[in-house]
Order: sequence, then C-alpha cells, then structure tokens
Amino acid sequence: MAAQTPYQVLGVSPSAGPEEIRAAYRKLAKQLHPDLNPGKPEAEARFKAVSAAYDLLSDPEKKARYDRGEIDESGAERPRYAYRPHAEGAQGRKYRQEGGIEIDDLDDILSMFGGGMGTGARRSRTGGMPFPGGDRLFSLSVDFVEAATGAKKRLNLPPDDWLDVTIPAGITSGQVLRLKGKGSPGIGGGPPGDALIEVTVEPHPYFRRDGDDIHLDLPVSLAEAVLGARVAVPTVTGPVTMTIPKGSDAGTQLRLRGKGIQRRGRPGDQYVTLKIVIGAAGDAELADFLKGWAARHPVDPRRDLGARR
Amino acid sequence: MIGLDELLAQFAGLERAEVLRWVENRWLLPDFADGRFAFGEVDVARVELILGMRRDFAVGDEAMAVVLGLLDQVYGLRRQMARLCRAVAALPPEARAALRAAMAEEER
Repeated sequence: MAAQTPYQVLGVSPSAGPEEIRAAYRKLAKQLHPDLNPGKPEAEARFKAVSAAYDLLSDPEKKARYDRGEIDESGAERPRYAYRPHAEGAQGRKYRQEGGIEIDDLDDILSMFGGGMGTGARRSRTGGMPFPGGDRLFSLSVDFVEAATGAKKRLNLPPDDWLDVTIPAGITSGQVLRLKGKGSPGIGGGPPGDALIEVTVEPHPYFRRDGDDIHLDLPVSLAEAVLGARVAVPTVTGPVTMTIPKGSDAGTQLRLRGKGIQRRGRPGDQYVTLKIVIGAAGDAELADFLKGWAARHPVDPRRDLGARR
Repeated sequence: MIGLDELLAQFAGLERAEVLRWVENRWLLPDFADGRFAFGEVDVARVELILGMRRDFAVGDEAMAVVLGLLDQVYGLRRQMARLCRAVAALPPEARAALRAAMAEEER
C-alpha cells in the first residue's frame, strides 16, 4: 500500500498555499488532539501523522525538496536511482564486464588482488584479454511484396562491404533480425558481435494486410459484374486469372486460397472485394436502356436502411 | 518484459533512435522475443540510470561509456564479494576465526 502523501493527510491539494495548509492543520489538530480524545489510540495516531505532515509542508525548504521527489513523506532521503538492486540481481548478470572481472571460482577470486594460497593464479589475466565485438545496428526497408513472399536483400555497408539478409515471408514492421557474428570484430581473439537489422515494411498502393491475409479492392465493369467474366487479378506472387460469377454485386468478396502472405507450410489467403466501376458518364445508349429497364424493374436498394420515403 | 514502444512510453522525451543507439553501443542489452526487442526490469532501470546521469550530471556520450563500464565493473565485483561473503559465512567457526586473524595480521 502506498503511503499517503502529506497533502492527503491534511486533506489539501498539492497546490495549496501556506495559509490553507496552516488552516487545515489547525482544524485537524483541534479535532484530534490527544487531550481531547483520551483513550482513542486511532485519534492519537492520526494526530501524529497530521503533525508530521504539517512539519514537512510548513517548512518551505523541506516542502520544495518533497515536491521535487528528493525526500519522502517521512523526510528521509529518497534514493536517486533504483538501478543497484537490479544490477545486483539475477538479471543484472548480463551487464557484467565481459572478459574482465567476472570470476568463476575461488582461485580466481583469490588471484584477483595478486594474493593467493600457494596454487594462486591459475591463469594469467594480464594482457591480451579477449573482448567480444559490439553489435551493429542497421535498418532496412522492404516493400510490401517482399515482406509477403520473403526475399533476399543486400545491405550495402560503405565503403566496400555488404550483408546478405534473408527476409522471412510474413515479416512485420519493427521486427529485428539478428545475424550472428556479423557485427564488429572481436578484440584479442574475442568473438564478433551480431548485426541487428530493424525492418520497416513499406505500405502498398492497393494491397492491404490483415494478419496472414491480403485484401484487395478490384474494380470491375458493370458488364463484368452482371454477365460474369474472367479477369486478371494481381497477387503478391504475380497475376492470376479469377472468375467473376455472373450477377455479382458491388462489395462481393471472393477468396484466392493460398495467395496471401507466403508463410511456409500455411500461406494466408487473398480476399478480393469487387468494386463496380460504371465509367459510362454520357453514354446515351446505356442511359436510354436503363430508362426503359428501370421502369419495369423497380428496386429500392435502401430498403434496409430504415429511411423509406 | 516490455517492447520498445512501451519503453518509450515510460520515459517522456526518450527518442526511439536514441534507444537503438544505446543498444548498438551495448549500453543496453535487451532480450529478443519473437524477433522484437524485449526490455526487462533491469533494462528499464538502466534506461532510467542513463537518463538520470545525463540530466543530473550532464554526462555526455563518451563519458557515459566510461561511467557505465566502471559501474558494471563495480557491480560485478560486488556480486563476487557477496558470493565470497556467503561462502565465508558458511564456514565452520574456527575457519572464520582463522580468517579474521589473518585479516587483522594483514592490516598491521
């Protein structure tokens, strides 16, 4: 349970001025004074808390230090950093100085300061200390299709080096690829570091991704929708021919199985949503036909919207 | 364990590029989980430490590498000293007495 702040103890806001703080203190002190509450230990405890809170808040210097977080509500110094307990805990082990100070057995501890019990220093630790090389961090952007199908990319490292990077199918922006041993070289025989590559996937002008599936809005003509057609549809693995069923409506969703993210073994699907494009503005023949046709086929496509005339 | 975005959300004004640079310098050693950085409590505390030293003591990048290196050495030593102390505490009383006497001798 977090301790109450002195402001809470006195029931004032942290922005309260000295007058307000004093008034709040006097009021509570009168209510809670032990002489007025004999035999009520809880009143006495609160009286003490109220007095301590007023002590802190009535002293401008202490109040300022409390407000800056330098001391806690009892007036004790607050530790500046909370790093030490972590560093000395199990997790902190990874930050030990590699190749240097970590000692694994008693002989090593004893030989650290040149002392020893006869057998003493087993290994010389002076000179030629191997250090592992550092990691190198890179960023690489791949286009939507490369991320969907997987790709091999070459990352140029000026002046005359490069890294060949395999982009796994289905990678998402922000993923980090690690290439073992491709970082900076080690020192004194230490192992090299790793290359860390943060990948950004660029958006696509017409493909959208949803998990392992890909969505595409496909423009079709009025005739193709009404009469049915076989049309070419782009996918991340190249165009495929798809059948538009006769009498398809706008918004109809068709599935191309296995044409989504090319994850090995279980590729996603591509969903194609039909978008009817009439594209016949000023077509007198179509307009004339529709005048006759509409008169004979009254339909109200807005019937379900609850906005009937 | 938290991700990079959650880490950035915990520290106002902390830049993504900055954290990535710290990882690159090996000032921070996050874990990897599902191909993403995962920061544990010790890493978060270390970010706080780096930010605090920069803010309160104006420690620059070059000095920071030295300071972190020394701090890591001190904590490594403290870890070993703690191990040694635990081992000594587990010794029989006569062995501890002998150790105490040897240490007193050394001081003189």
